[in-house]
Amino acid sequence: MSAKRVRKQNEISMVSNVIFNILFIIISVICIAPVVLVLAISVSSETSIREHGYQFFPSEFSGEAYAYLMRAGDAIWRAYGISIFVTVVGTLLSLCVITMYAYPLSRSSFKYRNKFAFFAFFTMIFGGGLVPWYIVYTQLIPISKTVWIMIVPYLMNTWYMMIMRTFYKTTVPESIIESARIDGAGEFRTFFTIVLPLCKAGLATVGLFCTLGYWNDFYLPMVFVNDSKNYNIQYLMYQTLVAVQNLLNNSNQISNLTEILANLPSESLRMAIAILSIGPIVLAYPFFQKYFVKGLTVGAVKG
Amino acid sequence: MQDSCIAFAWLFSAKRCDKQMDVVVSSAAEVKRKKKTGFFHELRKNWPLFIMLLPGVIILIINNYIPMFGVIIAFKKYRFHGNFINSVIKSEWVGFRNFEFFIKTPYAWQMTRNTLLYNLAFILLDLIIPVAFAIILSELRNKRLSKVYQSVAFLPYFLSWIVVSYLAYSMFSLQNGFINNNVLKPLGIPAVEWYSEPKYWPFILVFFHLWKYTGYNIVVYLAAIAGIDPEYYEAAAIDGATKWQQIRHITVPMLRNLMIIMTLLAVGRIFNADIGLFYNVPRNSGSLQPATQVIDTYVYTALRNTNDIGMSSAAGTYQAVVGCITVFTANLIVRKIDKDSALF
Repeated sequence: MSAKRVRKQNEISMVSNVIFNILFIIISVICIAPVVLVLAISVSSETSIREHGYQFFPSEFSGEAYAYLMRAGDAIWRAYGISIFVTVVGTLLSLCVITMYAYPLSRSSFKYRNKFAFFAFFTMIFGGGLVPWYIVYTQLIPISKTVWIMIVPYLMNTWYMMIMRTFYKTTVPESIIESARIDGAGEFRTFFTIVLPLCKAGLATVGLFCTLGYWNDFYLPMVFVNDSKNYNIQYLMYQTLVAVQNLLNNSNQISNLTEILANLPSESLRMAIAILSIGPIVLAYPFFQKYFVKGLTVGAVKG
Repeated sequence: MQDSCIAFAWLFSAKRCDKQMDVVVSSAAEVKRKKKTGFFHELRKNWPLFIMLLPGVIILIINNYIPMFGVIIAFKKYRFHGNFINSVIKSEWVGFRNFEFFIKTPYAWQMTRNTLLYNLAFILLDLIIPVAFAIILSELRNKRLSKVYQSVAFLPYFLSWIVVSYLAYSMFSLQNGFINNNVLKPLGIPAVEWYSEPKYWPFILVFFHLWKYTGYNIVVYLAAIAGIDPEYYEAAAIDGATKWQQIRHITVPMLRNLMIIMTLLAVGRIFNADIGLFYNVPRNSGSLQPATQVIDTYVYTALRNTNDIGMSSAAGTYQAVVGCITVFTANLIVRKIDKDSALF
């Protein structure tokens, strides 16, 4: 009872509470407003944009941009499909790679766990730079012209691997693994039927990290992809925003652009594509947030 | 929380047992065989574990270790000779000439300065603002509202830099941009050519960096604050400590380790920059380069737009080496001050 009263008394004063709430309302507006603006532009009519510029409350509404997307957005839907494929396949594969790499490192009976942990960790400290990396994927393992170039480089991620290792260490007691071994289960069987099911939260966390990474990636296509049929949605958006600039700069990428430039998206259409690309993330946001917070908490415990 | 504490306690005790076991096993093994066969013995005994490691090892070799050896390209005049290994070997050595050319360009100093200054600003602001906001959020009276604020502030982290560049464009576009049309025009101020005036961009770039990452950092610090035992505060309150004193003497010291780790990670990446922020948000506008050129954008444009492999690899190698030295130095300094906070 008294402890409760102390806690009640131990709150910030009413005045500062109000001030801080106002502060955070302002911050929330700053965080949301740009997204709302893009949404508003995507439902503005072209004439209202021409007359009043981009507005939070369009003077004239129009669904023309979305109707056009449905009708004629072939290139856009293709890019959307590529994004979905890369995200789904990439996430599944990298989950396999990451969870399998992290597991032996979590086993205290595995003698070389620290050596392999360092093998992965070192890549975070030193890298060869962009050029050798580019040459590896264009000449040594020439996958830069296929869709796999947007998947393979991100398959292994040391940071997520360490988070996964912490998950194993904290949720799977070694005694369970030991008893499974005594009962005659092999390492693979133990891993897939006992360890992984116990670490569903870890799988969800790392899986969502990977999903977000693949969906939002524009860097790999920016470096490697030349062929417009392999554009993902982010890169297509990048191209439509810089299309005019590239034309002016007389860049060597123009030949690939003609197809898109032929029907250069109007103002509201561009923003409609942006909204389309944000869509899945906003829908999945509650899950994302839940598991991200969890993952960050585990990560903060020290990987 | 309780669960993980138990798990940790268990983990440590298990580790200790494990060490004792190790001593016994290794002394027994030493009698049996020489140390050199250790790896193959382990391989035979634990082959499933090695198979599990294999995919990751292959990816790391392709993606990270082979490119590391590719650093020598920076010392060569790279020409393509049939295949990768041939090309690297047969290309003519030019020593440090690539670096000489690179350093002589006016960009070398400019991009180094920009990268360092932006990162210093980010490190400072990413420390002060999220910690302050996290503390305020944790002290708000209405916990549900505080959750809502947290969720909203976290949202920008989930948007790609391309989307952010669209958001920036909708604000700053010359013809239709919100600021030119609906803020400056009503005030009677002539339109500003945002994408060709470098002087505004340090502020714009810092703003968008904070906009995207503050929510993420708040969540990290909030998680740490949630882990602080509330009894500390109760005891302090009974002793008559004000809220401000509690924050100064309990919350901040408890966050100290995490603050050091986060800063250390950022210092280690002081020569790296977000290419999304510096290349896409300013839409690669040439006239903005004095304010937006960083090492990463230079390396990228040299490779992809001007096709200058020598320059690009010289700049990339310079970045990798200096960055590596920074990590080790930062870690060394932290280790001198407080051994537990060091990364490795």
